[in-house]
Amino acid sequence: MRHERRIQVGPVGFRIGSDWAAPLAALDRLYAGYPEPAIADFTVRLEAPRPWRRWLRPKVHIGGDYMLPDAAPLSLAHGLLAAEMGMNLQMALGQRRYLLLHASGVEKGGRALLMTGLSGAGKSTLAALLGECGWRLLGDEFALVDCDSGALHPFPRAVSLKNAAVDLFDDVDPGRLGPLLADTPKGTIRHLRPNDDAIARMEETAMPALLLFPRFGHAAEIREVGQGEAFVRLTQASTNYVALEERGFEALARLIRTVPVRAVDYPDTESAVEAVERLCEDLA
Amino acid sequence: MTDARLLTRALADPPSTASFGPADWTPLIAMARAEQLLGSLAHRLDGLAQSDKVAELLAAARASADHARRTALWEAEMARRALADIDARVILLKGTAYVAAGLSAGIGRSIGDLDILVPRASLDAVERALIGRGGWEWVKEDDYDDAYYRRWMHELPPLIHKERDRMIDVHHTILPPTARPTPDADALIADSEALDPSEPRGLRVLSPPDMICHAACHMLADGDLAGGLRNLWDIDRLLRDFGEREGFWDDLAARAERHQLTKPVARALRLAEALYGTPVDGDVAGRGRAGDALYIRRLLARDGWGRETRKGLRQAFYIRSHWLRMPPAMLARHLWTKWRKG
Repeated sequence: MRHERRIQVGPVGFRIGSDWAAPLAALDRLYAGYPEPAIADFTVRLEAPRPWRRWLRPKVHIGGDYMLPDAAPLSLAHGLLAAEMGMNLQMALGQRRYLLLHASGVEKGGRALLMTGLSGAGKSTLAALLGECGWRLLGDEFALVDCDSGALHPFPRAVSLKNAAVDLFDDVDPGRLGPLLADTPKGTIRHLRPNDDAIARMEETAMPALLLFPRFGHAAEIREVGQGEAFVRLTQASTNYVALEERGFEALARLIRTVPVRAVDYPDTESAVEAVERLCEDLA
Repeated sequence: MTDARLLTRALADPPSTASFGPADWTPLIAMARAEQLLGSLAHRLDGLAQSDKVAELLAAARASADHARRTALWEAEMARRALADIDARVILLKGTAYVAAGLSAGIGRSIGDLDILVPRASLDAVERALIGRGGWEWVKEDDYDDAYYRRWMHELPPLIHKERDRMIDVHHTILPPTARPTPDADALIADSEALDPSEPRGLRVLSPPDMICHAACHMLADGDLAGGLRNLWDIDRLLRDFGEREGFWDDLAARAERHQLTKPVARALRLAEALYGTPVDGDVAGRGRAGDALYIRRLLARDGWGRETRKGLRQAFYIRSHWLRMPPAMLARHLWTKWRKG
């Protein structure tokens, strides 16, 4: 393709090709400092759905090794988002080496905290906030569980801050922020590069020590969650649990058996960070 | 400009990948994924020395193919149970048949839908059983499409399972009745073989020569060559499994003639020989024709990013596929109706 950029995120290498220079220039700035893989696990293609769409009201179709048949193209102004969605899509549809959980993760002292929940529950924002105050960010979107060892492989791609969460990161180094993307299909989005520590240590795994189901917008409350419920919720949060067959089952069962699980309701982000820190001290 | 030669060479001659560097592997893997051949390739390259990254990627592809295999066999078993009371032979076709029969073509193969062949006279009973007892339902609720399938196609409109989300295609022959060759469906069914000879009422597969006829017909007489490299790989593997058997090539020639598929079978053999080095019988393959080169260019129309290339040639084969499938006046009516419905 005309333009190419390669990015290594944790154990996964991406090759991103594009018909336009702009999306890859934005990707280049956002992923400054990331290694480049010699052999890519996945290929992403940002291409014009029709030849004239390269110039005339340009549209970006998200292609690659794995594609959704009827995904709507994005405007070129949202090309960076298209690249991010393309990488996510490869993971969600093609990842078979690790048990993939739709979960965020942070680590401190070799012990990892996993957070999962429905979209809008705040797992991504919480992980990003913890990543700015002494925790190492493992990933804001996908947690990669090693089926053999049970360890978490970091996948510290850029954090996707959405809508109100964008304002919470006003005081980080502006060089770590991507452009403000308004009116995307998911609202306003701004990407945040994890801090240098998270990137430098992206090959360093961590053992899970606590699993949380956070929920934003409710009165502060912490509840225990039974193993059965936690297991079923994680099967729903995994994109490849079925495809991994017995290995996936064993990995998930081990995770649920070995870590405490709590549901955390929180009214605002400060109290959530506080509650999570306290829980970790008590349980992990 | 790169094309899918990279992939066909790696499949046909695995040790040739020993000299591959990173600049070869990334395009090779992208091409193999796009052609649904990564699982087959991963099995072909198993055991050869590779970098850790390549070995990891190929191991994951093999695991993925194992899952596809298990899922396909389970789906076949579900269909068998749903149809057990019907007094008709049920014949597995394509990928599911290859894995069920333990053929080389099944090794690492990706498998999507379940394809079965049943006698036309049993079609209604099969349909009722799949929907009533089996839990399958119609995919589309479009009167024109439904009527079109029932009147003009060699299969029922596709059914999907309510819970497992898997499709089943129920065929009563292997080409649309509107196509010019008319394969002998009764002979396909009569000469099919039980997977388990001690279980004659169990699932069946086509006889070896009929399997080749069907694969060739599916690839060359019924489509635009989409997925052609995979279909041709099936043919290569099948011919290597069967080619040494006593009398196989004579049987193949006779069956191809009986199904009016002599030309597609001959061409499939020549293409397999050209791209995968398949050992073929010269009398059945016939003399190379000028058109073969176009087919080869079309089959290899894929670049190192996994993109389709040679758009004009692809379009020409697409138009040809409709031309083969129906007479011109009917094609015009069909396209008009489809166009009006948007």
